Amino acid sequence: MNRFDYARPASVAEAVQAGTGEQVRYLAGGTNLIDLMKENVDQPTTVIDINRLPLNAIEELDGGGLRLGALVPNSDTAWDARVEQRYPLLSSAILAGASPQLRNAATNGGNLNQRTRCYYFYDVATPCNKRKPGSGCGAIGGVNRIHAILGASDQCIATHPSDMCVALAVLDAIVQVTGPEGDRAIPIADYHRLPGDEPWRDNTLRPGELVTGIDLPAEDFTKNYTYLKLRDRLSYAFALVSIAVAMRIEGSTIAEAQVALGGVAHKPWRSTEAEKLLKGQQPSPQTFSAFADALLAGAVGQGKNDFKIPLARKGIVRALKQAAEATPQSQTDKRIA
Amino acid sequence: MSTAVNSATYAAMPIGRVPTTLTINGQTRTRAIEPWTTLLDLLREGEDLIGTKKGCDHGQCGACTVLVDGRRINSCLKLAVTLDGAEITTIEGLGQPGNLHPLQSAFCDHDAFQCGYCTPGQICSAQGLINEGKARTRDEVRELMSGNLCRCGAYTNIIDAVLDVIGEQA
Repeated sequence: MNRFDYARPASVAEAVQAGTGEQVRYLAGGTNLIDLMKENVDQPTTVIDINRLPLNAIEELDGGGLRLGALVPNSDTAWDARVEQRYPLLSSAILAGASPQLRNAATNGGNLNQRTRCYYFYDVATPCNKRKPGSGCGAIGGVNRIHAILGASDQCIATHPSDMCVALAVLDAIVQVTGPEGDRAIPIADYHRLPGDEPWRDNTLRPGELVTGIDLPAEDFTKNYTYLKLRDRLSYAFALVSIAVAMRIEGSTIAEAQVALGGVAHKPWRSTEAEKLLKGQQPSPQTFSAFADALLAGAVGQGKNDFKIPLARKGIVRALKQAAEATPQSQTDKRIA
Repeated sequence: MSTAVNSATYAAMPIGRVPTTLTINGQTRTRAIEPWTTLLDLLREGEDLIGTKKGCDHGQCGACTVLVDGRRINSCLKLAVTLDGAEITTIEGLGQPGNLHPLQSAFCDHDAFQCGYCTPGQICSAQGLINEGKARTRDEVRELMSGNLCRCGAYTNIIDAVLDVIGEQA
């Protein structure tokens, strides 16, 4: 790890004032940033410890939603009684990720801002356009079993590794940020971005901006939901493909269904256009398959990850069935119903 | 007030070090710590508390698990200076020879280790699991102990040992 200056501001304003600069990093739980620094993937000159900032509460919002403070640990968020009761999909997705120790340290803001786990991004001896713009992409034509099947570019095929963000995409969360130019609210769909020709930009934060919280709008996805995570081992592994579903059933008809995929793209993958295929339909394998095809339209394998396309197709159908039948995937008993 | 390296406030401290007050296994002391020092390295190199193990050093194995204010974390991914004011418990703080913690006794009773390298992390993690109060069934203990790898493969006995202690407490 390189040496750096360390600052511990006492207020958000002070943090933001110190937070601009190319090699300045905000440090929260550290579970990703410290690891990147150990590997010399990231070499900040200044680290701003934001852990003492008053962003560690979960608060009620007018209109029935919740604001998740950026510094609330992932475990406290997943096990918060209000989140468990009103947003069980989010609890489930968080508990599907990492390990208890990591979830205790990792924060909500840090989960949003974690970097890809692409092997080439992590290995400074290899080319990577995300780590070193213009150096090339080792994953294209390389070992790309964990890489993207959707929304990739000819410069980067990395995926976003979060489980939490896949649930947030389905729940239409709003990311609250503050920065040198004031406060902004960014819909989760616009927060992360596709790599395009600027793969070093994971998200749409502007220089110096700091995530302060995540707003969850009032919703009623407490019965028909699931987070189905498919991975190489049943715990403590990143998703090869994950599927978050939030559904509302009226009578025997799907009144509303929102679906996002993790592990397949540079951001949680969702298509509100495809979701129209579910609205007003009876839950059935045919309907679910047609939706899966629409959501996966344009999917391209990179060689070693070709299996992800049929895996995602089957996973989407299975997850929709779990949600429709109100039998969400258990994150402890790992059998897939 | 803001804390910054090299500020006049801390002129007495060696350059680059940050005064950090930590209570480690019940003993409170203020140390001047280089900001890039992880809690794991501070414990092992600075405090000679070598019960806490360095396995992967990347948060992928759990061997370095300790309790910070009663919560289990990977000490390899935590900068010590960020923990100013915290209470840290390592395996040495849980029990000693002749005065074993119930989890240590249960690990012996259930033959829950072979080489023993992962064991301090397993036991600190199990204490964190007990503090959380979320695991009651075997499946729940398995899942919530999944942050600790054991390459000898003592998993079934580790789960037995943890369930034994949870049962005693219930």
